[in-house]
Amino acid sequence: MIVLVTGASGFLGRAVAAELVAAGHDVRAMQRRPSGAAGVTDILGSVTDPSLVERSVDGVEGVVHLAAKVSLAGDPREFRSVNVGGTRLLVEAAERAGASRFVQVSSPSVAHAGSALAGVGAERADPEHARGDYARTKAEAELLALDHDSDTLRVVAVRPHLVWGPGDTQLVDRIVDRARRGRLPLLDGGTALIDSTYVDNAATGIVAALHRAEEAHGNAYVITNGEPRPVGDLLVGICLAAGVAPPRWSIPAGVARAAGSAIERIWSIRPGSDEPPMTRFLAEQLSTAHWFDQRATRRDLDWTPTVSLDEGLRRLAAYAGTA
Amino acid sequence: MVTEGASLPPSGLPGLDPRFSRILRVPGRGVDAGVSREWHHLDTGDELARLGIPTAGTILAVHGNPTWSYLWRSIVSESVRAAESGRPAWRVVAVDQLDMGFSERTGVHRPLHQRVSDLAAFTEALALEGPVVTLGHDWGGVVSLGWAVDHGTSLAGVMLLNTAIHHPEGVPIPAPLRLAGAWGVLAASTVGTTAFLDTTLALATPSLDRDVADAYRAPYRTAERRRAIGGFVADIPVDARHESFGELDRIAGAVARLDVPALMLWGPNDPIFSDRYLDDLADRLPHADVHRFEGASHLVAEDRPYADAVLTWLEDNGERLSGLAPSPPRAAASARRTSTGSPDGPPFVPLWRGLDERREDDSVAVVDMAPRGKSEPRRVSWRQLDDRVRKLAAGLHRMGVRKGQRVSLLVQPGPTLTAVVYACLRIGAVVVVADAGLGVKGLTRAVRGAWPHVVIGEALGLTAARTLGWPGLRISTARLPRVAAVALGVECSLADVIELGTGAPVPAPPGPGDEAAILFTSGSTGPAKGVVYRHGQLSALRDVLAAHFDVTSETGLVTGFAPFALLGPALGTRSVTPDMDVSAPRTLTASAVAAAVRESDARIVFLSPAAILNVVATADALTTTDRAALTHVRTFLSTGAPIGEQLLASAAALMPNATPHTPYGMTECLLVTDVTLDGIRAAAAAPDRGVCVGTPIGSNRVLVAALDADGRPTAAPSDEAGVLGELVVSAPHLKDHYDRLWLTDRAAENGTPSGNRGAAAGERWHRTGDVGHLDADGRVWVEGRLPHVIVTADGPVAPVGAEQDVEGVEGVRRAAVVGVGPHGLRQAVAVVETVPPTSRPGLATPELTAAVRASTALPLVAVLAVPQLPTDIRHNSKIDRSRVSMWAESTLAGGKTGAL
Repeated sequence: MIVLVTGASGFLGRAVAAELVAAGHDVRAMQRRPSGAAGVTDILGSVTDPSLVERSVDGVEGVVHLAAKVSLAGDPREFRSVNVGGTRLLVEAAERAGASRFVQVSSPSVAHAGSALAGVGAERADPEHARGDYARTKAEAELLALDHDSDTLRVVAVRPHLVWGPGDTQLVDRIVDRARRGRLPLLDGGTALIDSTYVDNAATGIVAALHRAEEAHGNAYVITNGEPRPVGDLLVGICLAAGVAPPRWSIPAGVARAAGSAIERIWSIRPGSDEPPMTRFLAEQLSTAHWFDQRATRRDLDWTPTVSLDEGLRRLAAYAGTA
Repeated sequence: MVTEGASLPPSGLPGLDPRFSRILRVPGRGVDAGVSREWHHLDTGDELARLGIPTAGTILAVHGNPTWSYLWRSIVSESVRAAESGRPAWRVVAVDQLDMGFSERTGVHRPLHQRVSDLAAFTEALALEGPVVTLGHDWGGVVSLGWAVDHGTSLAGVMLLNTAIHHPEGVPIPAPLRLAGAWGVLAASTVGTTAFLDTTLALATPSLDRDVADAYRAPYRTAERRRAIGGFVADIPVDARHESFGELDRIAGAVARLDVPALMLWGPNDPIFSDRYLDDLADRLPHADVHRFEGASHLVAEDRPYADAVLTWLEDNGERLSGLAPSPPRAAASARRTSTGSPDGPPFVPLWRGLDERREDDSVAVVDMAPRGKSEPRRVSWRQLDDRVRKLAAGLHRMGVRKGQRVSLLVQPGPTLTAVVYACLRIGAVVVVADAGLGVKGLTRAVRGAWPHVVIGEALGLTAARTLGWPGLRISTARLPRVAAVALGVECSLADVIELGTGAPVPAPPGPGDEAAILFTSGSTGPAKGVVYRHGQLSALRDVLAAHFDVTSETGLVTGFAPFALLGPALGTRSVTPDMDVSAPRTLTASAVAAAVRESDARIVFLSPAAILNVVATADALTTTDRAALTHVRTFLSTGAPIGEQLLASAAALMPNATPHTPYGMTECLLVTDVTLDGIRAAAAAPDRGVCVGTPIGSNRVLVAALDADGRPTAAPSDEAGVLGELVVSAPHLKDHYDRLWLTDRAAENGTPSGNRGAAAGERWHRTGDVGHLDADGRVWVEGRLPHVIVTADGPVAPVGAEQDVEGVEGVRRAAVVGVGPHGLRQAVAVVETVPPTSRPGLATPELTAAVRASTALPLVAVLAVPQLPTDIRHNSKIDRSRVSMWAESTLAGGKTGAL
């Protein structure tokens, strides 16, 4: 089928585009920079541009929407216009263009507000309680997309959790960079149990959602490796794979949260080019359990992860060795 | 006096369905002769008729003071639900007694006999026909029993929640009531204010929701409407001069003649109707099914799911209650699970027969290697022991101790304990053995629950009994100075009992179906439970032990392990307690074992793993003579808790001619299977997961109830090999039942051949709570406890196999594998003790984590290291996995890593 992928220049978007091509689809990719994915027709521009959006959905059957402002800090208006406004433009355009499937790529943070999550499913997105501009606007966007689910347009929301892998600039590079500078602490001893998603698994999961839209539409699904690990184990594993010394010091999560909150506030007054070292959101992510019930995901999407965490770390090490 | 007709309760009271409220005008009796009274009551009869469901009978429910029929809202609604779902339909009629609830305020004083005839008038006006099962709580229990004894033709059964029908003379009435009953206080607390009402409602554990408490208060808003609450309190017969004493006495006497099925559901924390009254009722209705809900209080109907229990009991007893089957003779009910009277079995040989047979024998029967305060061993001959037992038995009998009464023993093992135990057994007194391994709190709960009539103890035990308020007449082992005796509330010493029994006749002995002993479970999985053995079962234990380990009169036993230490005389062979503190097994040394063996030329040595650990550790001190003595030992047993092959082998090396055994059993069935050291070594080559405990002893049987995907042992027990499930056992010496834990008892047999009534006559089965499997050679493998099974998304996993894998990793001393996360989605975590021990709990090192993960096929989400894993008090070896699991849950949720 003809499929439009937005945000294909990103780490996950590129993997999804490649996976769609591999599955034999005719793939268009819309984003501001070239996607770099082989076998894909690029349309350059922003999801906030109505005419461009109109053009890009023309004749497509499926849409996979990944484009978003993903950041831990920044201008709230920009989060809103890209994440909420972009989704609205795209889903309405897809509807008008007669597309039949729409996969909204979302985040588990849309439904949860910082408390420990152990084995929970994908609860309804909750913009009111979501933490930070990213999670809040993604929550609104997911609700908006699912509102458009109908007999003609099948909408599925998927929420990959903590995607990582070779070439990841969001998570892996930040961890490795901070560890290298000695600025990566373990919060509360690093014992919080965290589920994560190796990039290939996230990509196959998203494509599975497109394929199974008929069965799974109207719902949201969390996608993970289904291999929770203490965050300390995970950070150490990533550091070792990347060849840097793992974190050696531990700070209480409460202190980190307070510090993160203060930094976040300062940052929003003086936005710079770099991320703040530890925002409140990240402190919560790394100090409270986040692992999920994958039974419904695996059943409804007829999908299982193919790359284990250990295999993922091996691939990361191999990539770091060649990079 | 203000009078006021009956009314309907206000709408919207939580849990109360207004459809069932009725008002009935009833022609009065007694003081009400010639007038009629209006009764508010709940009645499900019309609803069941509307649904077209025929009823099995009627539950006549009577509330106490100061409640009303609201108390019974659960049984009202749940009985209708049960009927709709096809279970037996019982109509419920729950009255508000006159002057109570929403019934008429008569303004007339209504002592007990009036209330009993009020209820009779009510049921006559309602044209209530049998079968009727009464249900009463508090003083409603007394009124309901009054109705029961007067309506023999329609009465099918009686059910009671915390109540009392008798007050023993010389015992002050419970303090809160004494206070409420004092005249001055009476008017103030029960009528003028809502204090009595508030106090009663505050007894609910956990506390009542506000709207439920308000519903209880609804009919008692004004002092006028509360007048009867005071009337009830004043009606408590404090002594024989009270106007209601005669009626209470009449009912109490007649209850003891009831032969209908009886159920008692009890909240033991009730400050008023304590276990004392339960014990009195149990004496009057010995065939009753009794369940004490540990932790529940006076308002047990609010504290626990009593309606479930009531409906289950009605269903279990359906045929007898609805008149389809004739009532078997009295006492048959309590013996229905008992095999011991079976005419086909071997003839019953009582435990004391071994003593009888050697009564003229002057050789040594029992030796205590280190009697307190003496340097020489204390030796007691068969003749002396038999004489002591007879005199104690006769003396206790003369003191009024009777068959079925309970005697709690707080005495260290040795000749004194042995004599007392056999004296009690001889007269049919039930020996209650609670050990220090339960801890003070557990021991107190155990002794209170068993409600002994007599406590026999050493000064230390009696001090505890006094301080902790344990019940029972107190007898000291040694003669105490007068002042001390008074301080401890001690009536007399054993010497006095012997004196009293000298020349007195010994009463007729108990039979195989009479209760003999109550032992307590270790309490490592919830509060310790009392396990009741009958004489036939103890005799069977003796016989299976003698047959399996080939014990003859010449064998000789050395034993530092409590239940087995007492069996020497029953086995007809001499027994020796080595020099040790029996409550602390680790005080036993190798030299002390050798000395005991030398003293008695014993062929069998019984020890617990904790004792063995120290025996092995102190082996260097053995002399040549010691070692020579130990070569005479032919059988060596480690009992009470699992033991590692290494430790067993080390101990075996000290007794080179002995075959080391380690039987598997539990308080409920002391010997289930047995395996020798060679057997353990042979099993090591098998691919099976878990600990191999060998094959069933004698005629014992072990089956497995397979676990379903949800981790519940729902399958019918089978002998199929390789299936993980709960181990279900049958043995001639299996326990009879749990003490006053009818629901627990039922659960322990549910789904087994005897629970399904599919067992051969007399066969009894027990769910062990252990999980494991059988192999093709019939060997039993234990893989953990049922509550410790980890129910993952891929199905249930037992912990022991993975623990063994992990314990094989270099640097791991001991491991617990536990689950975290929601049921059905649990993730396995290994929590380990390391070598050297870690100083702080937290993540294991990356290297150890990797090694532990690699050691087992079970996916482990985390590996945590702790300085020490928590274990039980009694054996110091059973890891408390439930506690480890809760700790891991909170640690891995990202909370601070606290101490375990």
